[in-house]
Amino acid sequence: MNARYWPLVATITIFVVAYALAVMQFPALFSTRVLGNLLTDNAFLGVTAVGMTFVILSGGIDLSVGSVIAFSGVLVAVLVSQLGLHPLPAFAITLLICTCFGGTMGAMIYYLEVPAFIVTLAGMFLARGVTFLLTQDSIPIDHAFYDWVRQFYYVMPGGGRITFNGGLMLLVFLVGIIVAHRTRFGSYVYAMGGNAQSAALLGVPVARTTIGIYAMSSFLAGLSGIVYSLYTSSGYPLAAVGVELETIAAVVIGGTLLSGGVGFMFGTLIGISIQGMIQTYIVFDGTLSSWWTKIVIGGLLFGFIVMQRVIIAASRRDWRTKPHPEPAPSG
Amino acid sequence: MTRPMRSLVKPQFVALALILLLNWILFPGFFSFFVRDGRIYGSLIDVLNRGAPVAILAIGMTAVIATRGIDLSVGAVMAIAGAVAATMVGDGTPLFIVLMAALGVGLLCGLWNGTLVAVLGLQPIIATLILMVAGRGIAQTITEGFIVTFNDPGLIFLGSGAMLGLPTPIIIMATLAVLATAVFRLTALGLFVQSIGVNESASTYAGLRSRALLIGVYAFAGFCAATSGIIAAADIRGADANNVGLWLELDAILAVVIGGTSLMGGRFSIPMSVVGALIIQAMNTGILVSGFPPEFNLLVKAALIIVILVVQSPLAGRIWYFVAPSRERPPDDRPSRTTATSAEGGPK
Repeated sequence: MNARYWPLVATITIFVVAYALAVMQFPALFSTRVLGNLLTDNAFLGVTAVGMTFVILSGGIDLSVGSVIAFSGVLVAVLVSQLGLHPLPAFAITLLICTCFGGTMGAMIYYLEVPAFIVTLAGMFLARGVTFLLTQDSIPIDHAFYDWVRQFYYVMPGGGRITFNGGLMLLVFLVGIIVAHRTRFGSYVYAMGGNAQSAALLGVPVARTTIGIYAMSSFLAGLSGIVYSLYTSSGYPLAAVGVELETIAAVVIGGTLLSGGVGFMFGTLIGISIQGMIQTYIVFDGTLSSWWTKIVIGGLLFGFIVMQRVIIAASRRDWRTKPHPEPAPSG
Repeated sequence: MTRPMRSLVKPQFVALALILLLNWILFPGFFSFFVRDGRIYGSLIDVLNRGAPVAILAIGMTAVIATRGIDLSVGAVMAIAGAVAATMVGDGTPLFIVLMAALGVGLLCGLWNGTLVAVLGLQPIIATLILMVAGRGIAQTITEGFIVTFNDPGLIFLGSGAMLGLPTPIIIMATLAVLATAVFRLTALGLFVQSIGVNESASTYAGLRSRALLIGVYAFAGFCAATSGIIAAADIRGADANNVGLWLELDAILAVVIGGTSLMGGRFSIPMSVVGALIIQAMNTGILVSGFPPEFNLLVKAALIIVILVVQSPLAGRIWYFVAPSRERPPDDRPSRTTATSAEGGPK
């Protein structure tokens, strides 16, 4: 089997084994209700993680997503509750601003030749600061549209509900998978992550792609903020603190190489599910404290990163004997 | 301008002076001092005192960044060290052993990071991310989820006591900065660290023991973080595993960058990083005393990073070269980056 698939297989195996062990202890975990809640509760995380997967695949990192989520949620709340706008135009305005914000970060990364880490760090401070300028308190959103959206859910056999948010996350993942593996943009992203210099020499429009990647990441973080506002019916400037770490962790646990160029969108979905399952397990157990989530995720991160090193070492050995495998399965 | 004159007029000093001046305009009593009970009070002392934890973090961070690395875990290490100190002192352990244990835990965290970077060859940002995520959880298990408070006068002294009329954190910060600068500059260690940052494999081929050095540098950062964590815990007389040192890693990195050390590794200056930390704190204090909401800090920091990035960028260097062709600036690829970090040996 190709070494590229090892992390994905490992992720899926860990998820299945961990889920089976958890079900053995708490049979009630094996139900579509738990699955439905898992999707709903982690929807905003999943939507962000799709964007983060593209960023990490290209060899970058985006630390601003948590702040952008908070910004988007608060802006929607301000537009809807204080300025009396209908949610739909409010969403459009918010997404537009977020996309421009990400595009600007991408442009800075490319044209100023600085690490993505420091630019998105500035973005993180900026977005959070602007959010605090908009409001210091939580703004409730009470609009008929929000109630209307909440009516949409699909009842799975067993009584579990796929809510609007959960469904939206799955849809975003589906689009993400198609874009990553079946479009030209996706191949550009993989090529840049493999080796930015050779990608540029081979004619990949690095400037446009970099801007596109970060614009998309912020767009999805903005969408995630909207999902979050639907989830909590409010905008809160301190929301989603530390979400950037959780998403990065989910992407890595999902088997994407942090050095870029290797990984699968589907793995990120599993990464999100593993994190969600740890939380669900802790809730079911009742005696464990929530900080165990952090320790377990830290341990998983460590395990996966070490495994990635082994894989890189193994594939380097392959390179000497075989021709270099194509970086992206593009169609 | 002669070289020694020029090194005195560093942009960092100008920036610090400007911010202090601005603070003075906004708050006329900014520069006033008074002595009470053999201790000096005043806003300027307050800037130094409040800036000490970040400055101490920045000392360790400078060495790490000079090797082209980064340490995201320092905030979490602060929490762990604070939790260890608070719980042990609560159990009645002698202060000396408590301090040794807390600093030892910090060293251990640093060794862990260093091993991941040097032996496993992970990217520093990833290697230290693990401890950043897990560290607060570890600190929580040490304090068992509570905010552990204590009343030990010895430990409290480290956070809010005074020596020679100055608050203890300032003394600790100054001692550490002077010692670290001396060790890095009076021995070849600084040069070794710098050469690893410029080109690690070349340094190894030249005979440097890069791995051991890298591990040592991360251990040093862990030690600094633990020191900072003890001070932070002593200051509030308790260990708050969730909030102590939250986002301070970013402040420390910012302080190093303001100090002119490039994130690309290489030349570094510990004293300038301390100045960077003081610039950040002077802004914080200024925003507070002038009555703006503290959230303004985030915006100002963001603006500051953007300005530094633009000024240090190769693009700005190239534009500058065309605008001012009479300067004796070589048209190489990254002119501004090398001149902005020309802090050879720090202030002499």
